[in-house]
Amino acid sequence: MAWRDDWRRVRAIARKDLTTELRTKAGFNGVAALGVTILILLGLALGPDGAALRNAAVGAVWLATLFAGVLAFNRSFQVELESGALEPLLQYPGPRWTIFAGKLLGNLVFVTAMVAIVVAAGVVLFGVGIPATWPTLVGVIALGVVGLVVLGTFYASMSSRSRAREVLLPMLLFPMLVPVLLGATTASKALLGADLMHEAGAWIRLLAAYDLVFLIATFVAFEHVIES
Amino acid sequence: MPAPDRSLDARPARPPRTSPWMGVAAILVLAATQAYSISTSPAEGDMGHLQKIMYVHVPAAWMTFLAFFVVLVFSVKYLWKGREDDDLVAASAAEVGATLNGLTLVLGMIWGRPAWGVWWVWDARLTSTLVLFLIFAGYLALRAFVDDEQQRARWSAAVGAIGAINVPIVYMSVKWWRTLHQPPSSPATLDPAYTMGLRINAFALLFVMIFFIRKRYEIARLERAAEHAAEAAALGAP
Repeated sequence: MAWRDDWRRVRAIARKDLTTELRTKAGFNGVAALGVTILILLGLALGPDGAALRNAAVGAVWLATLFAGVLAFNRSFQVELESGALEPLLQYPGPRWTIFAGKLLGNLVFVTAMVAIVVAAGVVLFGVGIPATWPTLVGVIALGVVGLVVLGTFYASMSSRSRAREVLLPMLLFPMLVPVLLGATTASKALLGADLMHEAGAWIRLLAAYDLVFLIATFVAFEHVIES
Repeated sequence: MPAPDRSLDARPARPPRTSPWMGVAAILVLAATQAYSISTSPAEGDMGHLQKIMYVHVPAAWMTFLAFFVVLVFSVKYLWKGREDDDLVAASAAEVGATLNGLTLVLGMIWGRPAWGVWWVWDARLTSTLVLFLIFAGYLALRAFVDDEQQRARWSAAVGAIGAINVPIVYMSVKWWRTLHQPPSSPATLDPAYTMGLRINAFALLFVMIFFIRKRYEIARLERAAEHAAEAAALGAP
């Protein structure tokens, strides 16, 4: 069963990345701490008025997620490069897309854990009330995270191997994420305000379509990008 | 399947040369169409002669989209066929397109300040044009930061194609973002007195753009040929 072997490769790469991360924890702690620090700084810059902070909460959480998340992606390829492990990884039998899928899965777990901390911090620091529609809100966050991780992992596979990777990845990634940022923030704001205009549904569909389009596009393009 | 050898180029060593007279002609045609449209179009009711900025602003916006469409086509062609020339055409079109994109934004702001009273509004068109500029600034940064030419070609083709796919999605999302909250500023319907001037200026600017892309492409080929010659000389030295 070919797909079973492929799925095993994907899991193996994701597990390897997550195990490395769990043993050192340096990367995760740093990224999560940065996310919370950005939130605190935004709170200081926009506060101390409670109503203003509540209004800005969604935007602040998503910006903190983008800025902290961007550090995670370069890292996931950099650990391979530092130990000269990318070339051997490419030599293993099996299709190349499984490498991308494995990295994607690892980053998805990593960023989801980071987002959970940032969202919890945002709820506490910005005084956000949890709405009755919170399961939909979790869905919106998940769709946003998938969009962020798909393009982040794809661009990091290039930027991590370039000069000036710290500058290049945000330059490539952030303009591409404009639909995710708009979709996720607008839908989240609508859901926090009981969605009186019924606009959340349209944004959720846009986010889902965006994720699907770029999931396909990056899987197709990765074969060309990783070729050594 | 073996990867096609992208280092060898079957074309003759001497790259094609576009005559500089084509550039002179393009600039003269543009000057003539500008003079024609400025002198023949009446002063606009609300804006007066401020409206004349349209004859550069709007064609520049159209040519921006056309240039980025060229980037998409040649990026996909490069990924498919692997010819170095396609990469160079895509890079040249991206540079010229980004320049026209910047021109569109700056002219729009110069027009917007007296017409709307502000330099910038978060309108769907303005915002998506700005995001487009940022996407291709990223493309050009990638080209600048990657040294290996084959890697640069493959990566920028992927980034160019994926960036172009995003253009309609960005436009749609920014439009929704605006329209769900307040009515969009409706585009001014154009009086027939101005359409002729707009059309001929678009063709003139197209002529200028083709000249620039060709010239930029030829310079890129010359640079590449010089690099190959230097490499060959270095390898041949004892």
